[in-house]
Amino acid sequence: MSNIIQSGFDKEIQPSYLYEGYKSTIIRAPTKPLVMPKKSELSLTGPVFKDFKLGVLDHDLTKNAVKNGEPLGERIVVHGKVTNEKGHPIPYTLLEIWQANSSGRYIHKADQHDAPLDPNFSGAGRCMTDAEGNYKFYTIKPGAYSWGNHPNAWRPNHIHFSLFGGDITSRLITQMYFPGDPLLEFDPMVQSIPLKGRDLLISKFDLALTEPDFALGYRFDIVLRGHNATPFENL
Amino acid sequence: MDKKHLQTPSQTIGPFFAYGLTPTQYDYEFKSWVDNNMVADIDAPETIEISGTVFDGEGQAIDDAMVELWQDDGEHKLYGRFGTGTEENNRFIFKTIKPKSVNGQAPFINVILFMRGQLLHTYTRIYFADESSLNASDKVLNSVDAKRRNTLIAEKVGQKYSIDIHMQGQKETVFFDL
Ligand SMILES: [Fe+2]
Repeated sequence: MSNIIQSGFDKEIQPSYLYEGYKSTIIRAPTKPLVMPKKSELSLTGPVFKDFKLGVLDHDLTKNAVKNGEPLGERIVVHGKVTNEKGHPIPYTLLEIWQANSSGRYIHKADQHDAPLDPNFSGAGRCMTDAEGNYKFYTIKPGAYSWGNHPNAWRPNHIHFSLFGGDITSRLITQMYFPGDPLLEFDPMVQSIPLKGRDLLISKFDLALTEPDFALGYRFDIVLRGHNATPFENL
Repeated sequence: MDKKHLQTPSQTIGPFFAYGLTPTQYDYEFKSWVDNNMVADIDAPETIEISGTVFDGEGQAIDDAMVELWQDDGEHKLYGRFGTGTEENNRFIFKTIKPKSVNGQAPFINVILFMRGQLLHTYTRIYFADESSLNASDKVLNSVDAKRRNTLIAEKVGQKYSIDIHMQGQKETVFFDL
């Protein structure tokens, strides 16, 4: 095993398992204290996804599900850097993304929200960070949708992200939000995050990343748990 | 230098991950890059099957969890992913090989669990019932209350292993703070 220094989940930043405002946590959050084995006795490594082969359109959700035209909605490009807690870039790590279409509808069979599907948009994609830890993908700005958590509950616009980093402790699934969204203050998912961490999930509009005549640019930087410099030092 | 950068907060995987993270399993067009067959030759004699059900606090089988297995015994670094809801009784099922014992520890597989209703993923482990002597001396297992240790140990039936995960209740699975 490599000389990974463990950092743990930052309790001042991360949501807790039980958050009653998000009702499903009540029967799904562990109730007994988590067990913390001695760090020297833990093995946290696993495979890393260095030679991952992306499909040519995996990073472009505006094109990767086209059937008979272009998807409807506002095209955006999302840029960001993935680093560890020391600010060192995490190169060549996989990001998986999924989201609703511009009407706020998922292609998932269980989505019952009464908004139209878009035949030319699936909302699923993947990309990888480059040697400097930077990633970029194109998509359509997702719409808000209603859900059953409480009366008149609406999710703010968001994109779901899944990332790996270097070992099992750096694994992250999260959601990126958009600046100025009036639903943020009413959303239990966002409100579950301690105040100190809440703004970290709100992307920033960036005119410099905006592509003329094509797509609005947003920046969303991601910090994965841990201090190991690269995902590959244990290979 | 070494200014601490704040961790990006976790959010739930939600109910609609299937078409993005496990699409082939659920018959979506986007192609999965990984599934529950963690070894190249699933018919090889050393291949084992591990299956089970994830239960919520009301004893219902959860049909929208994503289970990940991570193993690394130095020789084999393996990863698999499976969403519940497509198998009978909402089971998860994996084909893999049993990891070796490393430095006298009992062989085990790391599990990461994601689901709607979890703002932060949970970590648990799978040990093997037919490794009773290594299990008895294993330091991580021994750091767990003896009464709860069996929640981490998969039963063996023939070549197959079975382990259920209980989020809450009398049989609540041991989750780790890593
Ligand atoms: Fe969502």
